Order: sequence, then C-alpha cells, then structure tokens
Amino acid sequence: MKIGIITFPGSNCDRDCRHVVKTVLGYQAHLIWHQETSLSHVDVVILPGGFSYGDYLRAGAIARFSPIMESIRQFAEKGGIVLGICNGFQILLEAGLLPGAMLKNRYLSFICQDVSIKVENAETTFTNEYASDQVLTMPIAHAEGNYYADPMTLSALHDHAQIVFRYCDQHGDVTAEANPNGSLENIAGIRNKAGNVLGMMPHPERCAEDVFGKTDGVALFRSLRHALNQMVA
Amino acid sequence: MSATDSPIQQELIEQHGLSKDEYQNIVQHLGREPNLTELGVFSVMWSEHCSYKSSRVHLKRLPTEGERVVQGPGENAGAVDIGDGLAAVFKIESHNHPSFIEPFQGAATGVGGILRDIFTMGARPIALLNSLRFGALDLPKNRHLLKGVVSGISWYGNCIGVPTVGGEITFNDIYSKNPLVNVFCLGIVEKDRLLKGLAQGVGNPVLYIGAKTGRDGIHGATMASDSFDDQSDAKRPNVQVGDPFLEKLLLEVCLEFLEKDLLVGIQDMGAAGLTSSSCEMASRSGTGIELDVTHVPCREPNMTAYEMLLSESQERMLLVAKPGKEHDVIAICQKWGIDAAIIGRVTDDGMLRIKEGEAVVAEIPAKALAEEGPRYERPAHPPQYQDLLQGLVIENLPDVTNPSDVLLALLQSPTIASKRWVARQYDYMVGTNTLVCPGSDAAVVRIKGTDKALALTTDGNSRYCLLNPYLGGGLAVAEAARNLACSGAEPIGVTDCLNFGNPERPDIMWQFIMALEGMSDACRHFAIPVVSGNVSFYNETNGLSIYPTPVLGMVGLIEPASCVMTQWFKHEGDQIIVLGETKEDVGGTEYLKLVHAREQGNPPWLDLDQEHALHRTLLHAIRQGLIHSAHDCSEGGLAVTLAECCVSHPSTPRGATVQLAQSQLRVDALLFGESPSRAIVTASSAHVDALIGIANEQGLSAVVIGEVGGQALNITVVSDTQHHMDAVHLPVEVLADVWSHSFERQIESSDKS
Repeated sequence: MKIGIITFPGSNCDRDCRHVVKTVLGYQAHLIWHQETSLSHVDVVILPGGFSYGDYLRAGAIARFSPIMESIRQFAEKGGIVLGICNGFQILLEAGLLPGAMLKNRYLSFICQDVSIKVENAETTFTNEYASDQVLTMPIAHAEGNYYADPMTLSALHDHAQIVFRYCDQHGDVTAEANPNGSLENIAGIRNKAGNVLGMMPHPERCAEDVFGKTDGVALFRSLRHALNQMVA
Repeated sequence: MSATDSPIQQELIEQHGLSKDEYQNIVQHLGREPNLTELGVFSVMWSEHCSYKSSRVHLKRLPTEGERVVQGPGENAGAVDIGDGLAAVFKIESHNHPSFIEPFQGAATGVGGILRDIFTMGARPIALLNSLRFGALDLPKNRHLLKGVVSGISWYGNCIGVPTVGGEITFNDIYSKNPLVNVFCLGIVEKDRLLKGLAQGVGNPVLYIGAKTGRDGIHGATMASDSFDDQSDAKRPNVQVGDPFLEKLLLEVCLEFLEKDLLVGIQDMGAAGLTSSSCEMASRSGTGIELDVTHVPCREPNMTAYEMLLSESQERMLLVAKPGKEHDVIAICQKWGIDAAIIGRVTDDGMLRIKEGEAVVAEIPAKALAEEGPRYERPAHPPQYQDLLQGLVIENLPDVTNPSDVLLALLQSPTIASKRWVARQYDYMVGTNTLVCPGSDAAVVRIKGTDKALALTTDGNSRYCLLNPYLGGGLAVAEAARNLACSGAEPIGVTDCLNFGNPERPDIMWQFIMALEGMSDACRHFAIPVVSGNVSFYNETNGLSIYPTPVLGMVGLIEPASCVMTQWFKHEGDQIIVLGETKEDVGGTEYLKLVHAREQGNPPWLDLDQEHALHRTLLHAIRQGLIHSAHDCSEGGLAVTLAECCVSHPSTPRGATVQLAQSQLRVDALLFGESPSRAIVTASSAHVDALIGIANEQGLSAVVIGEVGGQALNITVVSDTQHHMDAVHLPVEVLADVWSHSFERQIESSDKS
C-alpha cells in the first residue's frame, strides 16, 4: 500500500502520520507538498491534522484552493481512497468532498483529550477491521469539531449509512454527556456516498503504538490495506 | 553623521531610560555624541533586559560546565549531549510584562519567542512547558489574566504543532498586579549540526527572513526593564502581536536550511529586534555587520531607521549565508511563501554600520553594544522585615484537629488542585512523543529513533524564597530534580528564569544574590549544569514587588525509555513506602497559609546529601523494576501526596490504608509539613525488602506505611503512646471529585456570579 500524505502550509500531523504508517506499520508512505499536482503513484491520500494556513478565515477554508486539491478531487472521483483527519476533515468539508460544515466547539475552547467513539458502520473501506458497535479510545485535539449539517443532508447521511463514528461513553452509549464538542448526533466521522472518502475528528495516528497504551488506531490503517486488496482481487 | 541631527537633550536621554553616567559611557565608546538613532540602539542594548547589567556579575556563580554540555549560556539556547549523536536544546524565558498588559498576545508571543530560540539552533522543537503565577482567582481581573494567558499559549503552541506537555501554575495575591509567564521549550538536533548566532566570513551576505517589520513593540525591551504603575494599560501598543502560522513556516524553512547546509549563522530577532541580532552575531564572531535598512521588508510606509532598528515585530530572523548560497536560501523562502531579502554583509571592522541607501545613519562598535554595556554590582542587604517573616513560633498555633477537612481544603486550593481545565486546552499529544501527559510529576517525551526519553519539569516555590532566598533557591533545584527522579530520569541540565523585583532596591538585590547562591550550591552538589536562562527584573507595580521567584526548567534522561515512572497507584495490594524523613517542617507551607493565614517561618531545611540519596534510590529502584509508582512529596505534605497518588490516574482512582507513626511530631507537621527529600512509592510485597535495602545503602530511610486498595483513603496516626487517631477517612470518589474539578468550578462559578 502506497500512501501519500499532503503537507499544506501549517499542517502539523503530516510527519506523525508518516511515522505511524511507515515506521510503525511498514507501509510505503511519503509527504506530498500542496503545490504538487500528481497523485498517480499512490493508493491512499491522507490529509493530516494541523492548522493549514493558520486556520485563518475558517479551518480548511484556504487550503481547499491549494493546487493539490484538484488532483485529490479527480483521485476521489476515480474511486481513490482519501482519509481526512481533524484539519484534513475540515478541508474535505470546505472542498465539498464531504457534506456538512464544522462549527466552533460548543464551549469555544480547544479540547485535547482521549474520547470514546463507536464504530457505527464496520463495513466500510476504513473500518472493516473493527467490529460493528466496537467502542474505541482515540484522542481528539481541536477547536472546531462541532459537526453540522442541514436536515436534508443529515437524512441523506442516514439513508446511505455515511455516519461512520459517533462519540459515546465507555459503554458505547451515544449520550449528550459523551459529546465533547456539541457535534450533531455526536458525529465524529463521516464518509461520502461512494464510500471512498472519510473525514474524522479523532486522531488514529496518535493511538497506534503500544508505548502509549492505546492502539485502537491501527485497525483503521489495516482496514485500508484490506480494502485495497479486495479491490485488486 | 547626518548634519541635520540636533544635539541630544537630557530629557531625551531620560526618555530612553539611560542614566547620565551611561550616556557619558556611550560618548566615550563613540568618541563623539550619538545621534538619535544611535541613542535608541544603545538604550535597548543597554537595557536591563538585554544587557543583564545588574545580574551579570552574579550569574557567574552558576555552574555551567559538565561532560554533557555542548552549549552553555550565551547562545540562543543551551544544549546537552543525550547520546546517539543527538543534543537536547532548551531554554526558559519570561514574558511577564507583556502578559500583564495584554495576556493573550503577551503569552502567545512568549511562546513564539522561546520556540525561535530553539529552532535557530537548528533543533526541531518537540515540547513546551510553562510556569505561571497569578493572583487569587476570586478577583475577576486575575481570572481574565489566567484565561487570556492560557488561550494565548494554547493558540500559539497548538497552531505551530509543538505539544505543551506540562508546567505548573500557582496562585498568590502578590502576583495580582504582576503575573508571571515563563515559557520553556526543548528541541532535538544532531549534535554536530548545531547552529549558532555567528556572523563569520567577511563579505558573506546577511539576510532578513520572515514577517515584515512594523512599528509594533518598539522599546519593548525598555518596557520590560521598568516597573509598572496604574498607567500601564497605556503601554498596550508596546506589546507585539504574534502569528503562529508564519512561525510554523519559518520553523520549516530554518530546518530546511540546516538540512541543506546553507548557513554560517542565524539569530532570532527577539527583544530589540534587528539591533540585538546583528550586533550580537558580529560581536560573538569578532566581525562587523553593515546593513542597509532600505532593503528591510516593511509593513508600513515611511518607517525611519530608528523604528526599523528598534521594532520588535515577531517571527523574523537574521542570518548569514555561506558564500554563494544566498539564492538557495531565498528559493526555500519562496517555496514556503515568506519574505527574504539580502540586507547587508559581514565586514572586518567590528562596527555595526547602518546605512539608509548611501547615507550612514548609525555606526557603533558591535562589542560596545553587545558586551561592553554597563555592569553594576548593586548594593544588597536583607530587608528589615526578614526577621519578622522568619519569626514563627509554631507552639503558639493550635495543632490540627480536623485533618480530613484540611486535606479537602488543600486539594481544592487552586495551587494544588488538578489543572486539567488548563491542560486540555493545550495539544499535548501532537508529535506523537508524549509518554507521560500532564498530571504526573514530570512530563516525558520519547526521542524517536532511539531507546531514550526525556523527562521535563518546571519548578519554583516563591514563598520559600521570600522566607529564605538561599534555601528557596536550593529547594527549587531539589524539587525539580526530585520530580525527574520520580519519573525515572537522571537530571542532565537545567535552565533558569529568575523573576525578581527592582534590582535598584538593596533588599531585592539581596534576595537575588542569595537565591542564586542557593541554586548554585544545589546544582553543584547534584552536578547539574545550568546551560541557559533569563533574568526578569522590575516585577513590581506601584512599588509592590513580587516574591522572589526563580523558576527552573530541568531536563532528565531516561534510558531505556521503558523505565518511565508515573505517580499514581496502580495495583490493589501494593505496599506503600515513604522514602526520606518527615521533620517538623511547617514554616512556609500551603497548610500554614490556608489554615492559619500565615506566610511565615523558615522553609523546610534542605539536606543536599539526603536529597541526592533519594534521587539515587529512586533511579536504582525504577531501573531494577522494583516499584510501580513514585510521587514527590511537596506542597501539602504527605496527606496531599497520598491523595494525589489515589486520584491522579487518568481513569481509575484507587484507595489506600495508611498508618503513620507520630514520632514526636505535631500532627499537622506529620500530615501537611513539607519536608523535602521525600517520595511516596509503591511496590509489590515481594520487592519491599529489596527496595528498603537500596534505600538504606544510600543512607535513606524507607518505611512501609500502608497498602493500596479499597474505596477510601484512610490515614491513622499512631501516637508515641500507641493512641490511634483516625486522621483521614475519605471516600476516593470524594477526593477525586474535589481534586479534579475544583479548579474549573472556581473559574466558572465565579464567572456566573
């Protein structure tokens, strides 16, 4: 599996993602500068977390104009796998590759902590190595993770099983108290209708090594590998 | 010189914060009267902030050498060898004055400044810590300052993607009008690729990169060398404004220069901006620098040379490129979208020469600015109130009768309560190196590509320093080293931030000298070199000075990285052991302040040998895998330490049952006294004898006091006559709730009222 990780000016989880997928999990991975335009040599594109363009204007609002974004759009249209983490999710929303929008956190401040999330759909390109309803521990670190969609968009998300992760308590119950940022229906991650583009606020690359005592992120990257093998087969 | 310059009047000299003698000194250095631009340049370079004129003679006492030292004081930051060809680069710096005037930007630009100090050395920053002091939270102004400072740090650090992994916050009314914001940063670099602030190679190009120069922060260094009064709000325009996004680009650009080996030297334009960076680089190298200010990228039109030289606009760097590499430098800057301009060259005449086109607007020997500024050995003697402060007769105070209530009160006091409300606003995980997150004795980050980790802590108890500055200085070093040892680390270097009042006052100068001596003796005893630091004087408002507050940032090496220790209880049935002796140390404690409303007495006595024995015992025990937890005993004494061991685990609090022998101590001294050189550790029953053996070999007392388990913390005090007193009996969930949530409740409930 060859993974391209996009570096926008202000990305700051690009090297963390590369460390996990390459050094820890042994896949091929390299950084791609946002002004490049070729994605012909990768199987998976990751838009990493960070503060592209300082989050000035709105998180992701400027990065969507980077030259690489047109290539990512075409890559996605052809069925290429695209994963947006945190700021990457925000960019995918701004670019229209995923539906909905991101608001500031309910209590306005930045939140960095481990949360529980529930795998709502374990039959996706991104989650096939998890069990359905499995409860994962993953860190979040963001100031704008309050996902919003209008009622029509939301019902389309339901109709096409696009909601992939929800914030929950440690028992897997999706409650208001377990929602860290006020996001609609506790949404933590969604995919597009075609199923090849995922955006998520939690950071799988921060929970993929034994040394941190949390490894729930590993299966997400393994799922990608599994999905690719299925495509080839 | 320009003939249009009018002669310098006395009033102008005073406005620039220079004394008559200092002015005469300038005339001697120049062999003539300075013009206005030169006067401005001298005034910032000879300010207390830049010249260390009151502290320099005393700072020499600190031990700065050791076999690991790669770079001692005098550069942008210090560096120590951590093996594997790597060096840890670190420094702590204050941003107190700007943060009081404008807390958000003041704190944010403090973070920006310390980060630049690290990456100008060629090191990638991997951790930030901060040490903050505020007045009590019941005053709205103090809550405003706290919130502003925390969000400024959060904004800048999170955006640039360097994790804020720890630090400390304590509260005392004395900081209401002069809060402290000290910021620490650590980076990693290949040892033989360390960059320095050098301007070598006559004819080499001098480049300016980063943000455009504006009129912000002019005379910021002079402001930081003055006290405050009620008109301080009017100084708000002196505070710079930060741009963490630009700094992130600057960081990547600088590391790319290093990778491609393009530079001779580089320096951050921090305090006194273009002036300090250019004259310091030239002075260190024994060269000169000639700059043409018409090439400086400016944010606003019609800026004068005076303004450009003194501006403290953030996110700018001055660098000297290797011959022929200037265009590669510019190309990298263009790739990342930041400004770069060749503004001058290195010369051989030792002069800082500023031109505006063809006209020379300032010409000053670089050494006169950077090294030959005034040095003062200011008068120092103890204040008259010192005896009164130390004169506590403990027998006149009643002993504690309700220890459970006192324990709860201590746990909810903002100095002791969990600061999770603050920590969760910082991204402490970015970089995927953080092995121990905020909430244990020290933060721990791993070093990728090695089997090593570094433990980091900041410490400093200003009440101890007020009561006895010599002891206070030593206790600060001891506590920092103890925090590292409890985390499994051997201390390898320290950086100091010395926050004091007005050095022109003999009592303040006495505090400074004594604290420095205490620190110095302790560092020598533990063989920990001081490799960088910062002095912040004039921390007073309307004549009221802060308590003397030396803050230490200490770095320790953990090898192998698996030998990381945390403070919380882990297993039911583990034996609880107290290492070190408890004495009648009530003076200067949190307990004394909270219960008896006194900040009085002598702080706990520090026996450096006992302290060192504790560090060695902890390290041996951790490396041999004998213990499961270790927590330093400090503010709040044994009772608070035990409670923290019970409840500070991120998800699973545990109870404990403990019996303490009174051994002729007062009960308050036993439970809440702050004798240093102690730690609470846990071990399985099978390892207890081995642990006690190690401690005794080191000459340290080690006593089993109880067992982990159950749903409550029970502490029984057994008197010398075998009378049993049920001192503490509290459900763990109550302790956990009080300790975990008091801080945010105090901030949020007071806002509603």
